[in-house]
Amino acid sequence: MEAPVTPLSLSIRGLRKSFGNVVAVDGIDVGASNGECLGLLGPNGAGKTTTIEICEGLTRPDAGEVELLGLSWRHNADELRQRIGIQLQETQFSDKLTVEETLRLFRSFYRSGPSVFDLIAAVRLEEKRAARVMGLSGGQKQRLALACALAGNPDLLFLDEPTTGLDPQARRQVWELVAQLKHSGRTIILTTHYMEEAERLCDRVAIIDHGRIMALGTPRELIASIGIGHVVEFAFNGVTGPLELSTLAALEGVRGAHAENGLYRLSVSELHRSVPALFEHLAGQGIELSELRTHSPTLEDVFVALTGRRLRDE
Amino acid sequence: MSSLRSPEDAFGMNESMKATAVNGVPQSGEGIAGRSLVQLTMVRFREFWREPEAVFWVFVFPVLLTGGLGIAFRNQPAEVLKVGAVEATVSAALSREKRLSVQIMDRSTGETGLSTGRIALLVLPGEEGVVYRYDDTNPEARTARLLVDRALQRAAGAADLVQTSDDIVREPGSRYIDFVVPGLLGMNLMGSGIWGLGFAVVDARRKKLLKRLVASPMRRWEYLLSFLLSRLVLLSFEVAALVGFAVWIFHVPLRGSVGELALLCLVASLMFSALGLLIASRAQTIEAASGLMNFVMLPMWILSGVFFSAERFPESVLPFIRALPLTAVIDTLRANMLQGTPLAGMFWPLAIITAWGLLSFFVALRIFRWR
Repeated sequence: MEAPVTPLSLSIRGLRKSFGNVVAVDGIDVGASNGECLGLLGPNGAGKTTTIEICEGLTRPDAGEVELLGLSWRHNADELRQRIGIQLQETQFSDKLTVEETLRLFRSFYRSGPSVFDLIAAVRLEEKRAARVMGLSGGQKQRLALACALAGNPDLLFLDEPTTGLDPQARRQVWELVAQLKHSGRTIILTTHYMEEAERLCDRVAIIDHGRIMALGTPRELIASIGIGHVVEFAFNGVTGPLELSTLAALEGVRGAHAENGLYRLSVSELHRSVPALFEHLAGQGIELSELRTHSPTLEDVFVALTGRRLRDE
Repeated sequence: MSSLRSPEDAFGMNESMKATAVNGVPQSGEGIAGRSLVQLTMVRFREFWREPEAVFWVFVFPVLLTGGLGIAFRNQPAEVLKVGAVEATVSAALSREKRLSVQIMDRSTGETGLSTGRIALLVLPGEEGVVYRYDDTNPEARTARLLVDRALQRAAGAADLVQTSDDIVREPGSRYIDFVVPGLLGMNLMGSGIWGLGFAVVDARRKKLLKRLVASPMRRWEYLLSFLLSRLVLLSFEVAALVGFAVWIFHVPLRGSVGELALLCLVASLMFSALGLLIASRAQTIEAASGLMNFVMLPMWILSGVFFSAERFPESVLPFIRALPLTAVIDTLRANMLQGTPLAGMFWPLAIITAWGLLSFFVALRIFRWR
């Protein structure tokens, strides 16, 4: 990686946190430079939310240092709250207030920031300005949460699973908004368990599992790091028992093999050699394919390569 | 599979939008001191007014209850008591007494009438004279016995030896409605203080809204103060509605200073709000909070003398009952409204109220769960 020339907006060193016997964060070191969008990608329970809530000043770490915008929670808590924007994983705003009233309340907490009208326009809720929160869709509520996060015109923005539970269209709308926020030069820290979200929005991604960072880099670097050109997935009909994974892995050009719910997944360096070899192997056993597809590796494949598990089942 | 390019479709960006808030120059001038407190307090009012049930319980219910009790316990002309007689001669003698309504019936009908409460007393023929059959724990039956006995004795020729006459007192101030209105006022102050604060706080905690607010630069004391401020405004309407109704319809007297009465309501309301804050300081679900609130309020509804005097309980538990916050509040309200006692004459109940308020508030602040 290149030497950090821009000042760090966020720096986390040696962070640890346990709840009772459960270790949620087990030594995390990561930084985000000014204007960068850093993604924390991992399955549920990986420690993403604990990490981000420590950064937000909501949880106290057992050990380690967090510095935001050159300030620390210990000495500059009031100043930090003015300068960061936060969207928590599951805030429900008061059902009986309108969009405008909710934003007016949040805007009143900050010394400076955009007008309520501009906040509403920024998240495209103009038509819902006078609507009660109760009547908003999931995507609209999430956009309201984003607008609340922007109320103080923050330099550093924390988004905890901003699109979890949204339908695909609402998800795209939130992605567009986040992409726009990136262009305005803010530093964004985002947690997600959607690899597509991380690939699309983040400049760098930290893959987290069991409270540790397994890999850190740009999505391109991470994908390149696992050294596979393609992924082949297949399934078959009939009563044939499970295939031997070690036999599959030994096929020409295959780097690794996984199986989950009858779906086999091969990491492959040379597609043109491995696919014929696979066909030959299956034909030799009298197996008929029901499904076959190949794709370029994604962050999902990086996660599988690092942990042997998938990010999530869908 | 995924495309790494951003789709220009469904949600195309509009240029003027980009130029506004998000990239825009921060605008100041909205942050004058105290503004967030104003906003927080406005939120309290909005949440209250937009909850029709809350408006009902705080304003309409106490007035309905006062009206209902006032009608149920209105001072009627002395009631006519129903009695039964087996013999026609007895019935004829009793029919001259206008406070009795007598019916001839056979013994078994009479006994059924007694057990179902249709008659208060049954006159049976005895070996010599008559036998009164009645339940001596029932005050109506005891009154009936006195009336029946006197009517029969007079019919048999007994004469009054002392000349008597009646001087009937039915003045405002000594009726049941006069007694119960200060009780209802105290109960209402308790309910709206504890419910009003408790539910709102626990609901915000359950929705993680409290956590979100705490992550913002909001000042925590402003959040708590906003509840008290909104309480004080609603309080004035609530007390005016209840007391106004009682004075206007039932002529309940206000013998003490009205200013002092207002002050008493204010102090009581602050104390109950602090108690509500304490109850809501840890609970994470509405169910847990309601359970706690009922646990705190139910004994006071029964023990604190809302509907009947707390002095009816055994001597040994009275010190405990007098130390309950609602008892102290109702004592001060009755003393002000019915006896016209000035504040100086209510040292102990006022000390009890203040102690409950301060203790609850400081304990609540120490153990309050902000997330």
